[in-house]
Amino acid sequence: MTVTSVLSSANTRQVEITRDASLGLVVSLKGRWRIGRGLPSVEGITDRLKDDSRPEKIVFDTTGLESWDTSLLAFVVRLIGICRQHGIRVETEGLPQGLKRLLELVESDEDRSAPNEETVSKKTEFHPSLLERVGLRALGFYATWTSLLEFIGQVSIAFAKLLLGKARMRFSDLVVQVYGCSARALGIVSLISFLVGTILAFMGAVQLQQFGATIYVADLVGIGIARDMGAMMTAIIMAGRTGAAYAAELGTMRVAEEIDALQTMGIAPIEFLVLPRFIALVVMMPLLCLYADFLGMVGGASVAAGVLGISFRAYFHRTAAAVTLGSMLGGLVKATVYGVLIALAGCWRGFQGEASSAAVGSATTAAVVDAIVWIVVACGMFAFIFRILNI
Amino acid sequence: MERNGKHSAARSDHIVVRNLSLGYGERLILQDLNFSIRRGEIFVIMGGSGSGKSTLLRALIGLVEPLAGEIFYGDLNFTTALEERERVLRRIGVLYQGGALWSSMTLAENVGLPLAEFTDLGPDEIREIVSLKLALVGLKGFEDFYPNELSGGMRKRGGLARAIALDPEVLFFDEPSSGLDPVSARLLDDLILELRASLGATIIVVTHDLASIFAIADRALFLDPERKTATALGHPKELLANSTDPKLRLFLTRGEAANEEAKP
Repeated sequence: MTVTSVLSSANTRQVEITRDASLGLVVSLKGRWRIGRGLPSVEGITDRLKDDSRPEKIVFDTTGLESWDTSLLAFVVRLIGICRQHGIRVETEGLPQGLKRLLELVESDEDRSAPNEETVSKKTEFHPSLLERVGLRALGFYATWTSLLEFIGQVSIAFAKLLLGKARMRFSDLVVQVYGCSARALGIVSLISFLVGTILAFMGAVQLQQFGATIYVADLVGIGIARDMGAMMTAIIMAGRTGAAYAAELGTMRVAEEIDALQTMGIAPIEFLVLPRFIALVVMMPLLCLYADFLGMVGGASVAAGVLGISFRAYFHRTAAAVTLGSMLGGLVKATVYGVLIALAGCWRGFQGEASSAAVGSATTAAVVDAIVWIVVACGMFAFIFRILNI
Repeated sequence: MERNGKHSAARSDHIVVRNLSLGYGERLILQDLNFSIRRGEIFVIMGGSGSGKSTLLRALIGLVEPLAGEIFYGDLNFTTALEERERVLRRIGVLYQGGALWSSMTLAENVGLPLAEFTDLGPDEIREIVSLKLALVGLKGFEDFYPNELSGGMRKRGGLARAIALDPEVLFFDEPSSGLDPVSARLLDDLILELRASLGATIIVVTHDLASIFAIADRALFLDPERKTATALGHPKELLANSTDPKLRLFLTRGEAANEEAKP
């Protein structure tokens, strides 16, 4: 009789293998089996099976077993798998009753899920080649863009209907949306635009001081804010705050079948949900931008007054001379266009994709990313167009 | 049979489905469906999970475009004629699985919206009708609650109040008993029977809840996921007594049929 202790490292779990002339290989399982300690390896036993003195069968002895869980099941299943390969019989008699039941369930499930064509075709792993991946990406890109164009078309039709007085949009919804993207955004817009004004002033001051031309800080801040930074910073804040909210709201409404409910009631969701959001943002963006412009200039003036010793009076006098009406209006036009882009990204992403909670998360992210990318691209295009038009 | 796109059906037929095939992209879910739903009956669409019963419901209410085939509501073609579809939509009500109440509106606003959009009623009259509808489903007094302040069963009943706001001719129920305790589910079944008796509406219920099916169905349509079509239509008790289809028997007996056959 030979005794091999295969595993006794994990303090109380033990596997002992005994060769018995009449019984074959006896696997004695002892101690407490807890999955938290990892799965025991079956290697020690596999080695014994490769010997010349290959046993005819394996039996279990569990008299020393105190408690067990899935770790024991996994061990036994592995052992059975190996024994099958070697053509050795496994007698499960000695195992605890519960474990035998679990084994039966596992085995019967393996029979049941014998591959039928349907599941195989659905779950075959798909490893496309590089060329296929490029193609798939291109197709996906194409689908995204057609969906965007389709959405723009739907929104345009809804607008046309609104102008003809045929759209189903509630005025009260518009009021709620306007409040959401104006009054409630004032705090953050104030803070950011004031700080951007101060940053611009500091940046300019360092350079201008070298020439003793610090008063021109007012020109730099005024023109910079009015033409670009005011609209841009407002747009980025609103993309992160309102664009994301649009995508999340609409996406969640889709998950809860609320949009289906509108549709089967004969109310077009684009008119009822998208129009008020669109109008609210597009109308409020230039107003917010104007407010941001003002606070940005106040930020610049505070730096000028506090650090450079320029009086408020002189600063605003200089600003008024530097900032033309054209610059102001240019900024407001930009803000309006950014408003369209943010509302478009938010609403489109909210309506697009599948209706699941995971999809709402990615739609929200996509809405913000799309909006910011479109804003920056539009800003570049504006710079180009304004240059040609000499504004 | 076809004349000018209209169909000649029996007078008692309210909804006629002809050669309908449904699917998403290249995945076919149901094919060659042919059945008609009679005016004023409670028609149950039943089948196991994945049999396509929800897809069929979504097609009947216009949320899924069929791959082929047509659906008629009376003389109105629901599938191809957009204007006729809009007229149909005015006359149907749908109770979605979770109620699908609009979460940004109070219960009264939810029920009142269809009234405000499609009737000339004034705000006071709407308020009055909303209270009536809410009383019908046992939610009187909850007018100013938001959906997230209500329990699942109450949301469902609120959704039902909204669905019957315009006194629809056809009412759809998507899994009415899902997520409800047995007593609430039973109460909803009673409510469905009441509504049929009082409104005279045609009622279409998608469910796999056997107790419900036997309690309310005048006729039931069984969808077989493997054959991807409807394999039986009739009163559930008659189907149980007469059908020899093992899959249908298995479904209607909660799997007990398998044991019956195993016994000698």
